[in-house]
Amino acid sequence: MDYFLSEDQMMIRDLCRQIAEERIKPVRAELDEKEQFPRELMKSLAQADLFGLIIPEQYGGLGGGCLENCIAVEELSRACVGVSTTFAASFLGAYPILLFGNEAQKSKYLPLIASGEQLAAFALTESASGSDAGSIQTQARREGDEYVINGSKQWITNGGEAGIYSVIAITDRSKGARGASAFIVEEGDPGFSVGKKEIKLGIRASATAELIFNECRIPADRLLAKEGMGFIVAMRTFDKSRPGVGAQAVGVAQGALDEAASFARTRKQFDKPIITFQAVAHMLADMATKIEAARALVYSVARYVDSGAKDISKAGAMAKLFPTDIAMEVTTNAVQVLGGHGYMRDYPVEKMMRDAKILQIYEGTNQIQRNVIGQELNKEYGRGK
Amino acid sequence: MKIIVCLKQVPDTASVKLDPVTHTLKREGVAAVINPFDLFALEAALQLRERVGGQILALTMGPPQAAEMLREAIGYGVDEGLLLSDRAFAGADTWATTAALAAGVRHLGGADLVICGKQAVDGDTAQVGPGLAQRLGLPQVAFVKAIREASAEHLVVERQMDDGYDLVDLPLPALITVVREIGEPRPPSLKGKMRAKKYEAPLAGAAALGLAEDQVGLKGSFTQVVEVFAPGAAGQREMLPGPAEAAGRAVIDRLVADKVILLGS
Repeated sequence: MDYFLSEDQMMIRDLCRQIAEERIKPVRAELDEKEQFPRELMKSLAQADLFGLIIPEQYGGLGGGCLENCIAVEELSRACVGVSTTFAASFLGAYPILLFGNEAQKSKYLPLIASGEQLAAFALTESASGSDAGSIQTQARREGDEYVINGSKQWITNGGEAGIYSVIAITDRSKGARGASAFIVEEGDPGFSVGKKEIKLGIRASATAELIFNECRIPADRLLAKEGMGFIVAMRTFDKSRPGVGAQAVGVAQGALDEAASFARTRKQFDKPIITFQAVAHMLADMATKIEAARALVYSVARYVDSGAKDISKAGAMAKLFPTDIAMEVTTNAVQVLGGHGYMRDYPVEKMMRDAKILQIYEGTNQIQRNVIGQELNKEYGRGK
Repeated sequence: MKIIVCLKQVPDTASVKLDPVTHTLKREGVAAVINPFDLFALEAALQLRERVGGQILALTMGPPQAAEMLREAIGYGVDEGLLLSDRAFAGADTWATTAALAAGVRHLGGADLVICGKQAVDGDTAQVGPGLAQRLGLPQVAFVKAIREASAEHLVVERQMDDGYDLVDLPLPALITVVREIGEPRPPSLKGKMRAKKYEAPLAGAAALGLAEDQVGLKGSFTQVVEVFAPGAAGQREMLPGPAEAAGRAVIDRLVADKVILLGS
């Protein structure tokens, strides 16, 4: 399919494909096996200017939008979602600053993120607060020119590897969700430490850790936007980032189809390549069709986001929901096409299947995405009645 | 640090053709790539710039289509390029090539460090780097596998040897040729590629470089390619009968007679 990408967008795609083929594929199995953070690969992505993709040019970036991000993330995910998660999580941490930071905050932090000198991370989830983000317990209280943060965050991607953290904490418990605020916390801030590093089913190259705030003191000018804006910051961040998760899904599904189709052409049973059996060919046909539908959805929504549209919540949720559901299905069927081979670690599809699962869970479970879509439908059809 | 990297555009080894008249490699109209060894030179330059700052200039001699390679070099993050191109440069051996490249280095105002790949995959001579150093009067270290220290005054480099490596303190300005161990070439950068799209490399011919026609190209070359051919696959075979010792002696006698080896007195 031709998605009528611009010359620059094709350049981004080709470069990311080159990095995926030359750099990521040769090491992905080892990174997965050893649950090892891809530090060298992040350096390569930084050298290629990819961390500047969505950062405006005046802060050292390339000024790209959601579509450019999706194109890059799709190609990296085709090789390894653990690596692409590490990359994309830095933008997730950057979005709050990009969308809500003041000039001083932007000029201090965005160039560091754009150059890849520092990774960023986004910290919302807590042990007792997942889908119910309004129930977070981490608190921040104002003391003179400082905020003092107490509490802990769980399952934070790039935790312990990032230098810059966008953290959501409650500043006024009496106001419920309107009592949350967003802060920038730096690695090395007093009272801030990294706890347990998680051991995971998939995306094992990425670092997932607990963040601990024990009387963590930060200057008051690290507050993003205003007190009470924390949830708006989080939701607007997710609106922007969700098509990127869809792009990860398209990438890993495409990677799985690449493996399954090549295997089916060479694997012979009953004296014929198994792709000539209708049972297998139809599986591959469904996989390919669903991937193309998912890609079309992701690119369309990304273009819609880049158009400056405000009502992007429903579209963003759709661009996360459908691709990630089909990625789980496609990667599982890729394992099925490879049969016993697919179940073994010698082939990459079992990793893709393990990696795909997180896409239905993080940045809002797919159940939450359906809630978002449902709520928006309720609003749309309730209007004028 | 001002670094000049010498690059050579070589035919993609999958599509090599010979000119039936001159017996040299046909370069025009053939898929061309940056000499793979020169990518290590480029990587060494990029690493050095990251460490000590400065500027990287890419220098090449070749037909007009070599401008495309310089554009590719810009994509990797090179600051500027210079294409030495002139009909008079055609057919150059390593002697005439170094004459042109040395003039090119001077045209660029010299450098603190010139970096070459250890050899090109087409000619395979490994002579151009050292020859260029000689022409420029620069100290040189070939087969550098690592740069341990770098400052404005000197480099400390590891020179690859058969049985290990030499540690060489090299005062600047100087020339080095590098080997694979210097570091895997990085992918191009997006900013570089965007700049490369519009980049036109400056061009210099023999006159601009102050070179006479008999100094460069085929006329300036000591070696002339008389014939290029694929060696025949099958030679004559002769079985020497008898015990091994006698057969061995017969082989030696034959090699001496054919002047393949000389026996000491």
